[in-house]
Amino acid sequence: MIAGKTTVDDALFVETAEGPALLGSRCTDCAAHTFPRQGGCPRCTGSAMEDVPLSRTGTLWSWTVQGFRPKPPYTGTESYEPYGVGYVELPGQLIVETRLVETDPERLEIGMPVEMVLTPFRDDQHGWPVHTFAFVSSKPGASDV
Amino acid sequence: MSEVSGSGVAIVGIGMHRFGRTEGVSGRAQAVHAARAALADAGLKFSDMQFGFGGSHSAGDADTLVSELGLTGLPFINVANGCATGGSALIAADAAIRSGQHDVGIVIGFDKHPRGAFNTDPAEHGIGAWYGETGLMVTTQFFGLKIKRYLYEHGIAPGVLATIAEKAFRNGARNPMAWRRKEIDAAEIAAAPMISHPLTQYMYCSPAEGAVALVLCRADKARGYTEHPVFLQGAAFRSRRYGSFEVFSPWTAAERAGSPTAEAAAAAFAAAGIAPSEVDVAQIQDTESGAELMHTAETGLCAHGEQEELIASGATAIEGRLPVNTDGGCLANGEPIGASGLRQVYENVLQLRGGAGEHQVPGDPRVGFTHVYGAPGISACTVLTR
Repeated sequence: MIAGKTTVDDALFVETAEGPALLGSRCTDCAAHTFPRQGGCPRCTGSAMEDVPLSRTGTLWSWTVQGFRPKPPYTGTESYEPYGVGYVELPGQLIVETRLVETDPERLEIGMPVEMVLTPFRDDQHGWPVHTFAFVSSKPGASDV
Repeated sequence: MSEVSGSGVAIVGIGMHRFGRTEGVSGRAQAVHAARAALADAGLKFSDMQFGFGGSHSAGDADTLVSELGLTGLPFINVANGCATGGSALIAADAAIRSGQHDVGIVIGFDKHPRGAFNTDPAEHGIGAWYGETGLMVTTQFFGLKIKRYLYEHGIAPGVLATIAEKAFRNGARNPMAWRRKEIDAAEIAAAPMISHPLTQYMYCSPAEGAVALVLCRADKARGYTEHPVFLQGAAFRSRRYGSFEVFSPWTAAERAGSPTAEAAAAAFAAAGIAPSEVDVAQIQDTESGAELMHTAETGLCAHGEQEELIASGATAIEGRLPVNTDGGCLANGEPIGASGLRQVYENVLQLRGGAGEHQVPGDPRVGFTHVYGAPGISACTVLTR
């Protein structure tokens, strides 16, 4: 459970004062970041990585909308489709791949400010929602989850 | 470019099993068909082969083909490198001959995939199960994301994506070995169902079936086998750097870097001593329209942003000044992963021999270039001359 919600993999997350955040790694030698956390640094080839919460806000770097139901290993529930997908630049850290709450191409734009939320993507065998991370517009007045 | 001597490498035999769907014929049987055709083209027998390299993604181990081709004791090494399987096998063969270890050998790529998009297990890529479960491990989706960013960075209008697919099907219609041989106009391509914005259904290739084999030998022995050898002047393979934006990436670095395509292409041109501007015919990885657009610039064949004008003006058509994907590419041939890279070489050999018939590039082409790209961020390129 993260922030009181069942997630696809709790190891992806860390609770912060601002709310749930993605848990990444930072190289203590060269400052490169990764997500999820890993032991080796892909930039300097070292192995001095420390855990670090990733920024909960960023800007949309690229986006698309998933136009068909993927084959397994996808386990999503139809009522949560279609879904948007994007890469979000987290300032000073990295560019993370993520689901997007917005699915209307007219409302998605590279460079728009976004923030992280937990969003349901499937229902478990009892009908309870399982969550993953997604980003949503953080512009004032934008639609929310 | 004159004939190289001594340690150079030549292609003296080519064989193909038609791409597409061939019900009732296994991938291995298609590979045997291609191998026999390549051997016949070179006037050789399988017992003349001193080595073999080959692979498939979904149709079995290449080294088991010897049970059909002949149990001659040759070293036959399986290659498994995703979309660069064929290119990697070719590079291994190039090294085996160039080093002086062997004089003549065969490379075989084949495949037979189920219908629909590839479904990949994240664990095979060292990624957690969550990545597949939440619907992020989808190649078609990545290609939408990648071209969206590329169009934005270079100020290119998305209309060019339909024009590229239109050209692929036009070329496929002129190639008797292609899978998709019906022309589709750009308006119909643009109006097809959206798969991953901005890419529609007809802008993507499909997993398919097919096989290609090549017989290679020392360049100085080539004319003993054929009157029209094609020389492998440069071949290079590269994986991704920190900061390149590649398929199956849960994250990428904010600090940008060159792509494996750019590095493999530069290395292949450098090895050949040939400039991209000298290329007369090019086969470029076009898993979808956006891939051809990006890779034409990444390989050095044009500048980033220049493609829109090149494509609109017809320069990349068979009769243009830089013909690209003259056999219809992946879009018209489908993508049997193990065979796809070798299809490109097969097509260039045909073109350089002047034997491509209805899809022959006019003007007696002398320099050919091939490029494959695939997960998880790999590329293999070749430069060929006659």
